[in-house]
Amino acid sequence: MDPTTFKDYLFLIPLLPFAGAAINGILGRRLGLRAVHLIALGSVLGSFVLSVAGFLALVSIKSPEARRVVSVLYQWILIAGQTGSFHINVAFLLDPLSSVMCLVVTGVGFFIHVYSVGYMHGDPGRARYFAYLNLFTFSMLVLVLADNLLLMFVGWEGVGLCSYLLIGFWFSELDNARAGMKAFIANRVGDFGFFVGLMLLFWTLYVSSGQAVGSLSYGELKGAAPLLLDAEPILGLSVPTIICLALFMGATGKSAQIPLYVWLPDAMAGPTPVSALIHAATMVTAGVFMIVRLNFLYLLSPVALSVVATVGALTALYAASIAITQNDIKKVLAYSTISQLGYMFLGVGVSAFAAGIFHLVTHAFFKALLFLGAGSLIHAAHTNDIRKMGGLRAHMPATFFTFMVAFLAIAGIPPFAGFFSKDEILFSTFNAHLAAPGLGKLLWLVGLMGAGLTAFYMTRLVIVTFFGEFRGGESAEEKLHESPRTMTGPLVILAVLSAVGGFIGLPAVTHLPNLIGGFLEPVVALKGGAASHGSHSAALELGLMAVSVAAAAAGIYLGWYLYHKRPELPGALRERFKNLHAVVYNKYYVDEAYDRLFVRPVIAISRGTGRFDLGVIDWVVNALARATERISAGIGWEDLKVVDGLVNAIADAVKYWGYHTRRLTTGKVNHYLYSVVLGLFVLYLLVLIT
Amino acid sequence: MQSHILSWIIFFPLIGAAIICFLPKRLESWMKPIALASTVPQLYWAYKLYVNFERANPSFQFVEHTSWILRFNIDYYLGVDGVSMPMVLLTALLSFICILASWNIDKYIRGYFSLFLLLDTAMMGVFCALDFFLFYIFWELMLLPMYFLIGVWGGPKKEYAAIKFFLFTLVGSVFMLIAMLAFYFGSVEPATGLHSFDFTILANQAAHIGILKDPVVRWGCYLLLLIGFAIKIPLVPFHTWLPDAHVEAPTAISVILAGVLLKMGTYGLIRISYPVLPDMARAFAPVVAAFGLVSIIYGAFCAMAQKDLKKLIAYSSISHMGFVVLGMSVFSNTIGINGAILQMFNHGIITAMLFLLVGVIYDRAHTRDIDGFGGLAHNMPVFAGYTGLAFMAGLGLPGLSSFISEALCLIGAFQTYKVMTVLATTSIIITAGYFLWTMQRIFLGPMNERWEDLPEISLREAACLTPLAIIVVVLGFYPMPILDMIGATLRNTVHLVVAMR
Repeated sequence: MDPTTFKDYLFLIPLLPFAGAAINGILGRRLGLRAVHLIALGSVLGSFVLSVAGFLALVSIKSPEARRVVSVLYQWILIAGQTGSFHINVAFLLDPLSSVMCLVVTGVGFFIHVYSVGYMHGDPGRARYFAYLNLFTFSMLVLVLADNLLLMFVGWEGVGLCSYLLIGFWFSELDNARAGMKAFIANRVGDFGFFVGLMLLFWTLYVSSGQAVGSLSYGELKGAAPLLLDAEPILGLSVPTIICLALFMGATGKSAQIPLYVWLPDAMAGPTPVSALIHAATMVTAGVFMIVRLNFLYLLSPVALSVVATVGALTALYAASIAITQNDIKKVLAYSTISQLGYMFLGVGVSAFAAGIFHLVTHAFFKALLFLGAGSLIHAAHTNDIRKMGGLRAHMPATFFTFMVAFLAIAGIPPFAGFFSKDEILFSTFNAHLAAPGLGKLLWLVGLMGAGLTAFYMTRLVIVTFFGEFRGGESAEEKLHESPRTMTGPLVILAVLSAVGGFIGLPAVTHLPNLIGGFLEPVVALKGGAASHGSHSAALELGLMAVSVAAAAAGIYLGWYLYHKRPELPGALRERFKNLHAVVYNKYYVDEAYDRLFVRPVIAISRGTGRFDLGVIDWVVNALARATERISAGIGWEDLKVVDGLVNAIADAVKYWGYHTRRLTTGKVNHYLYSVVLGLFVLYLLVLIT
Repeated sequence: MQSHILSWIIFFPLIGAAIICFLPKRLESWMKPIALASTVPQLYWAYKLYVNFERANPSFQFVEHTSWILRFNIDYYLGVDGVSMPMVLLTALLSFICILASWNIDKYIRGYFSLFLLLDTAMMGVFCALDFFLFYIFWELMLLPMYFLIGVWGGPKKEYAAIKFFLFTLVGSVFMLIAMLAFYFGSVEPATGLHSFDFTILANQAAHIGILKDPVVRWGCYLLLLIGFAIKIPLVPFHTWLPDAHVEAPTAISVILAGVLLKMGTYGLIRISYPVLPDMARAFAPVVAAFGLVSIIYGAFCAMAQKDLKKLIAYSSISHMGFVVLGMSVFSNTIGINGAILQMFNHGIITAMLFLLVGVIYDRAHTRDIDGFGGLAHNMPVFAGYTGLAFMAGLGLPGLSSFISEALCLIGAFQTYKVMTVLATTSIIITAGYFLWTMQRIFLGPMNERWEDLPEISLREAACLTPLAIIVVVLGFYPMPILDMIGATLRNTVHLVVAMR
């Protein structure tokens, strides 16, 4: 389809899942099961087909710079001022970046929808589940396709809502509901930063550009962005730095980075396909996407980029260390996701934006696969606890085989997908010039350690679940079974993608085209092309590659040695380093610390405010009322004696006079007539005198 | 009839009230339908106004202007502009819905519905009056039915709540009265040389004479009006009548109270204070913004502390009205004030939903203790869905109407009050906290035996809620119907405030 024609259909990509959500949400309980499935899967498949068409339409444009289709649907907000105006459109932008994101969201999303048909079999809330899932797809597509920051924020919080709804999907368990709430509020903390950043960005540019950015569209922002450098620093920080850090605060919430990552492990309370789609493949990568989308802002602030890279690297290592100790298979994968997201931020933080997106894509493949595989295991073993699994390889060959592919991909073994993307990030980090000298090398080392740990905890996970003897008891063992085709089918497809997905981003040393890097170049154009390529020797690149493969191999060997060769050792080590293990196992007590530092104080403040309201403000009001009452009672006494006395005196006087004048009212008409005539006469006299 | 459309929309409910008053006792069952029928034409006229209102015209439309009390140059002067239009629409819609929501009233039906229709007339009058004296009469006229509606049909502490409401509002009215007299004696109509109550004349600075030229008097008048309106909005610390009034008032009255009456405070500021005393509006703006900020944060924290669901919603109203006040105290751009008026409309719709939902649950469970519930989503999924939507609208979820208005208020305010706006923005966290926490405590968790038999929301209740829900969603994706209406007038208002001297 040619791009101009496609433009008119662009809005259907998000709209189809929205329609699906609306139909299933409102009529779901009356529709049959088949209809619910058909609507839910059909709408996402339709979006996927359109996303592919959009991708092809983009590619058909010869000049990479021109690969940009904007479709304005309607005017969303228009406020005219005396001079400029604030005019936000509901407009979608299809460019290489959003195209890649659409393909991931609808593609991986569709397979997860298919998988859900099998996984949610027999659940009474299926219509609701699929409505939420479609609503999520819609929100995510709005997020990636939006052409301006405010519309993106709609998607940004919309995915948060769906995440909340789906984490707490089985709301009978109060813990699930709590986990959903925690996710929403942690995200809101980030969104606070995001919104402040948005306001500062808007006003700084609006004022300095002579109101040229009233639409908040990426095109206008990009054009005006250099003006930010001229703005007066605030509290010693440059304005672009403040803006980028504030926006990044939103990213740490959405993408579960230090310090706001705490909600993601709890979010595993949701159904496993949800964890795969929302909390691994798509939503949690929104922060990475946002930074790449706004790369022109971040490039203005080396400080902000360095902060992003540092937070990413630290999160990558930190979360990997927790993953080692967890026994809940989904918790292991959750920390693994946090860690892998850290790599993506490390990538974008060192300005390797394409590499960040590349890792986002491969991670979507292999992490979705890992979660779906875990779901398959949980479906069979009816537990999340890996200590009650073991030896499942014999019972579930398809799950085992596909899980192994994902394992190799995440561990960074060539030529599986994760190897290429992670390696490109590490390579770029090694060569990066950040705000502080030597920071790039240091972060590379942190990332490398994280890579070793990743290989280690994944090896542990694979060995404990698939190898050895089954430890879940005999009755459970009899029920073990491979999952249905609707579940294994998506596993196989994702396994293929995890195996070969890396070839879309081959390293420079191969002298083969880096497809994704080239495709994304117009969006993330850096001064002098992708900084990580070309300027460095092939020897360095190969050497670093060898080091990271060695780190992965070491991790795998250690895992194999500890959990397969000498299975008694981990227990002994745990005993030996009891305190350290306790700290890491309890996630460094960060949840507890946050509870003490933030949650409880906020509740205490709110209780205090409530009490202040009743005890002070309302008390004053009531005291005033009582005082008035008291005074009026006093006045009342006065009233009785003085005012009333006066009134009574008057009354008495009237009575007295009345008594005496009573005789005038004789009841005889002629007497009255006389008095009338008399009165008239007196009046006449009065008039004469005056 | 077209030319008298505002008179009709104001006084038609009064006809219904009169009929209900004199209906024989044996026809009592007709009273509710008659009450409903007397609000339907209002909806029709509101629709007519909506269709025929000229968006680009910033001045008053559908004007009706005749002399009324010649001796004091008081006119019967009606008209609507962009600021009053959304309020008129809101009043018409909520009055209709509230009659429907009052169907289960069974005590003194005659009194309730005739008073309600009287209240309807008074509210419409406030939003259409362009003569201060007429405005004041309508303003005071609201007090009487409201007092009885709370005091007779209210909850256990109704007398206390009613008298508190009455006295608070009366204090505000007295302040307003003083300012009104100062305006009257400090102004002169150029054409006739008489003192005037006419808003359009009062807004003309050239018409000000004597005392109204004295900065101290102007300052004092602005302060008096500000306090008078602050009580109505209500701004912390003038707010304590609100939680009590809400908790005791019957459902429909809470809806009217929060949905329409609170808006009169901010409406009054824009209709009276800003145009007549624009210099003072500028001078007081930072103070007003600070009051808005305090209300936003204080209201949110108080809401979080509540155990009574209705009280929680009442405090959330204080917090949400704070956004209006913050947004309308910016004059360096028009974004804030547009957001403020939009927020007045949106909050009217959302808070109406919230109070109707509280009514639904209270009618069934006869308690509003949040901690006493739990797991209600099992047996009342539709009700949970409506509540979920209303709560999400309450916490300003993008895609729903309140997001746009709150965002506009914040964005607008940010240009002038950076620190205050950042502080106000923190409320999105607290607000999410108390709404979600409430959602969890009432609806989620295991099925609660005690509430197993609560019936699902009824058709009538759903009929009250559905139009509001649709508005919340539609305005979230397409707020232009309102923004279109208010933009030209507000641009004028801001220009007036900025331009003076």
